[in-house]
Amino acid sequence: MKIERVNNERTPIGKATIDKIRADFPILGLQVSGKPLVYLDNAASSQMPQPVIDRIVRYQTEEHSNIHRAVHYLSELATSEYEAARVKVQHFLNAKESREIIFTRGTTEAINLVMHGYGRSFIGKGDEIILSALEHHANIVPWQMLAQEKGAVLRVIPINDDGELLIDEFEALFNEKTRFLALSHVSNALGTISPVKKMTAFAHRRGVPVLLDGAQAAPHQLLDVQDLDCDFYAFSGHKMCGPTGIGVLYGKAQLLERMQPYQGGGDMILSVTFKKTVYNVIPAKFEAGTPPIMAAIGLGAAIDYLNGIGLGNIATYEHELLEYATGKISAMPGVRIIGTAANKAAVMSFEIDGVHPHDVGTILNGDGIAIRTGHHCAQPVMDRFNVPATARASFAFYNTKQEIDKLVDGIRRVQEMFS
Amino acid sequence: MTDMRQLYQEVILDHNRKPRNWGAIPDANRHAEGHNPLCGDHIKLSMNVLDDKIDAIAFEGHGCAICKASASMMTGAVKGKTVQDAEIMVEEFRGMATGTFEPDSADNHLGKLKIFAGVKDLPSRVKCAILPWHTLHAALNSEASTSTEGEADPVSDHA
Repeated sequence: MKIERVNNERTPIGKATIDKIRADFPILGLQVSGKPLVYLDNAASSQMPQPVIDRIVRYQTEEHSNIHRAVHYLSELATSEYEAARVKVQHFLNAKESREIIFTRGTTEAINLVMHGYGRSFIGKGDEIILSALEHHANIVPWQMLAQEKGAVLRVIPINDDGELLIDEFEALFNEKTRFLALSHVSNALGTISPVKKMTAFAHRRGVPVLLDGAQAAPHQLLDVQDLDCDFYAFSGHKMCGPTGIGVLYGKAQLLERMQPYQGGGDMILSVTFKKTVYNVIPAKFEAGTPPIMAAIGLGAAIDYLNGIGLGNIATYEHELLEYATGKISAMPGVRIIGTAANKAAVMSFEIDGVHPHDVGTILNGDGIAIRTGHHCAQPVMDRFNVPATARASFAFYNTKQEIDKLVDGIRRVQEMFS
Repeated sequence: MTDMRQLYQEVILDHNRKPRNWGAIPDANRHAEGHNPLCGDHIKLSMNVLDDKIDAIAFEGHGCAICKASASMMTGAVKGKTVQDAEIMVEEFRGMATGTFEPDSADNHLGKLKIFAGVKDLPSRVKCAILPWHTLHAALNSEASTSTEGEADPVSDHA
């Protein structure tokens, strides 16, 4: 089975195609507060197109049973569809082998898996873990827990006023005690795309393995874990048109094989006696218990859907949306965009003078506009910019410039109300 | 609630712009801090309670318009009240904001504070409006801090 990854020949997203794409997403037809929904909270969770919904319904209607268990028709069908989803993820990431793909509940569980399975075995007292100031709490707290347990130390790569990592400072953090680098590929709060390939190469020259948190990258650009050469890559299904409850940990096979299991239970064993358990091979070793089968198959369908549109087309179109929104909003007096990195994904955090982000969010909701307000599970980022919270609009390939115009009008109404 | 003007009325916007009783009471005999981790609202309340009456009250901190206006109007409403009356108002306000008490259906002490009734339709904003009242309750009960994120409801837990 050859899966097409690059879709240069496909129609770009634009006037001719956007209506058809939007028609794939039933929820985009919703009215909120009596107005057509303008969904600009895609960095928190994306919406699901009809083909993915249909695939989930078909699985539950015609294919469901437990996997890797029985010899009957449904169990074999469910198993083969679940494993087919793993192969789709493998191609999506361009991983070398499908056994390097572990299904988890989400990015958070994937990172916790690495912390427990790798960190607890290979990181000890006085060892140092490097993180960045851009991390989501999911890529801070597990390492903090490990540091507390082991007496290890966290070192943090600082950022500049644009929200970009300071690469010189990053390099200066390495020493003979450095054991791990955990880094977000794309910042969820600011949209910064970090130069993770170069940083991974630098860490590898010092023998340090690298985990990339790809939750915000996976739905928005073509990925290639072999090219990035990262040791671990984590992402979530629900941010890329798939269901909640499913995520992925990619890990290099030789590392996964050396790691301890994260959870014990069924399916992760070869044999069990009360004296000794022999663990299964990867990926089963890390998938104890009945996995989210429906969600994994849904994720596979989401990958098919995204491939059908083309990740390259998605990246190009979302960049157009970002440029359009940045131009409009940076021209508004009294509005400040937070996060102005040169290389940015379609995420825009902003604040309005004299108005708390939660009031912005509530008032925009009155116009049917959904944005995220708060600290975005990235309190260190908020502290760096000296704000308690921001308003954040995040765009997907099914958004339009007209929707950005509505956002701009909404911001203007907020300013009028608070003037 | 589709018209946000129903909630964001001029009174609320005015208290947000110019909060009353802003600052700290020197030598206050009651203090509490309230914190809403979800949105970062943070209220510091100081009071002097003399002969069972709230003789002086002030607040400072940062938060959204709903939180600041609620705190500002609360300080005006409870100044000069007995501790017992203030606690009744805490209960009434909390009931109104969570939708368990309909202020037009029974006698109450809420008066102008009824302007906050609209938050009951905005579950994510109820805590913003209630935080100052939780903080008042904590201060009256000599608790140093309160949060809207506890497992149990901080008011009914200690009432």
